[in-house]
Amino acid sequence: MIDVHLDGRPLRVAPGTTVAAALCLGGDGSSRTSVGGQRRAPFCGMGVCQECRVEIDGQRRLACQTLCQPGMRVETRP
Amino acid sequence: MSEHYDLLIVGAGPAGMAAALAAAPSGARIALLDDNPVPGGQIWRDGPGAHLPPLARRLRDGLERHAIPVWSGTRVVAAAGPQALLLEDPTRGWRVRYDRLILCTGARERLLPFPGWTLPGVTGAGGLQALIKGGLPVAGERLVIAGSGPLLLASAATARAAGAHLLRIAEQAPLAALARFTAGLPRWPGKALQAARLFDHRYRAGSHVLEALGDDRLEGVRLWQDGSTVELACERLACGFGLVPNTQLAEALECALRDDAVAVDDWQATSRPHHYAAGECTGFGGSELALVEGAIAGHAAVGEQTQARRLFPRRQRWQRFADALARDFALDPRLKTLARPDTLVCRCEDVPYAALAGRDGWTDAKLVSRCGMGACQGRICGGAARVLFGWTPPAPRPPLSPARIETLLCLEDEA
Ligand SMILES: Cc1cc2nc3c(=O)[nH]c(=O)nc-3n(C[C@H](O)[C@H](O)[C@H](O)COP(=O)(O)OP(=O)(O)OC[C@H]3O[C@@H](n4cnc5c(N)ncnc54)[C@H](O)[C@@H]3O)c2cc1C
Ligand code: FES
Repeated sequence: MIDVHLDGRPLRVAPGTTVAAALCLGGDGSSRTSVGGQRRAPFCGMGVCQECRVEIDGQRRLACQTLCQPGMRVETRP
Repeated sequence: MSEHYDLLIVGAGPAGMAAALAAAPSGARIALLDDNPVPGGQIWRDGPGAHLPPLARRLRDGLERHAIPVWSGTRVVAAAGPQALLLEDPTRGWRVRYDRLILCTGARERLLPFPGWTLPGVTGAGGLQALIKGGLPVAGERLVIAGSGPLLLASAATARAAGAHLLRIAEQAPLAALARFTAGLPRWPGKALQAARLFDHRYRAGSHVLEALGDDRLEGVRLWQDGSTVELACERLACGFGLVPNTQLAEALECALRDDAVAVDDWQATSRPHHYAAGECTGFGGSELALVEGAIAGHAAVGEQTQARRLFPRRQRWQRFADALARDFALDPRLKTLARPDTLVCRCEDVPYAALAGRDGWTDAKLVSRCGMGACQGRICGGAARVLFGWTPPAPRPPLSPARIETLLCLEDEA
């Protein structure tokens, strides 16, 4: 199993789990706040819509195309 | 320093893998890159929630046996000279030169705006399938799938295997068209079996989504079904309206398009010398067509015309299947009227339908709003505006995907 941090909370996931899935496993599934203030969640699931962008260890990455790695810190409200 | 390969292949789906394996015995120096974490493309997406068929494993093993480098998690940022690309992965940005390039960039889902489509809980149909394969938990959740095409059924099968409680599959195509499509299937026996396994009693033809309901997240869906409106309470709504070829990179490389797909000749060669394309970026057709087109492109790119030609009949057979798909799942014009004035069309910049309706085209729309100027670079709203308003999406500009400054600086170094 892999231990990550989601918005500061610890979370344990199976190897191969995407960060997009982790958002749901450890939170409400949402990834970002839109310019109009709505919470959004992964939508296309395949690296096109960019709705799933989160901050991972300080870098902006796509949650749907990133696998959870040990010690990763994921922020959905940077 | 930049690397050099005889053959560079973009996209490690069925087409890209088949191309690499066809070209490998020639001894050419080959590399394969893909923006997903593991090879397989859309159909063979691996993960905790995925079950890979033997064919997918065979292709992957083949890549290993031929020691073909596969750069996963790698995206193309820009063209970097006449026969070179600028690439980026999570750790580095670098430039690769090539003699021949095969574009196997596949297709993405066509996602159309309707009221509530931005609510968490709403995803693409193939999108939901991909997310589940990546470990998204859906057990016990009530699910409605809507839109068009066989992908709805594939997505339903994955969701049910993962324990979702499937309430409805709403297919917009009318029953008559579906009947014609299934009647044609015995000509493709493998597909007939697949369809029989996938068919489901919750399936409704001539039915489409009207609205996703909920305040902060999805609580239900309103559907048009059997001539009237129905509401279903659910936690998930997965909506996809067929596929759109990924042509951005081909356009950036100045390869010509035909019918919104990369134009190719019999050898899968594009309008630009030394540049080939195969699979769904040349038009929607399923994995079998992608495999045979990939193999033809792979052979042709290393000068093996005889081997390539032997595969022409197989390609023709699957092309007929693709043509039937396109005909029988044509989109109902009513789907253009789902968005209300306040429905967001551009999800990146939160631009509503009302700001776009009545404009002359993309350029005009961009002058008055930030439509298409956000992070997805018009990939979602461009596809939607094509259907809603008949606008041709803007030609992509580099960087083709958001890139780090360090990566972009590689362009300067080589200049
Ligand atoms: C979401 C989705 C789910 C699908 N599920 C099924 C299914 O269950 N069953 C089925 O029969 N068919 C399915 N399909 C149809 C499927 O597209 C085809 O059957 C088949 O996968 C097409 O193969 P391909 O090699 O042409 O493209 P793809 O499989 O789409 O592969 C293209 C690859 O290229 C990558 N790529 C694209 N552009 C770039 C770039 N610029 N840089 C780096 N990498 C790039 C993509 O991420 C992808 O991995 C699905 C399609 C979609 C869109
Ligand atoms: S969900 Fe669309 S890019 Fe990740």
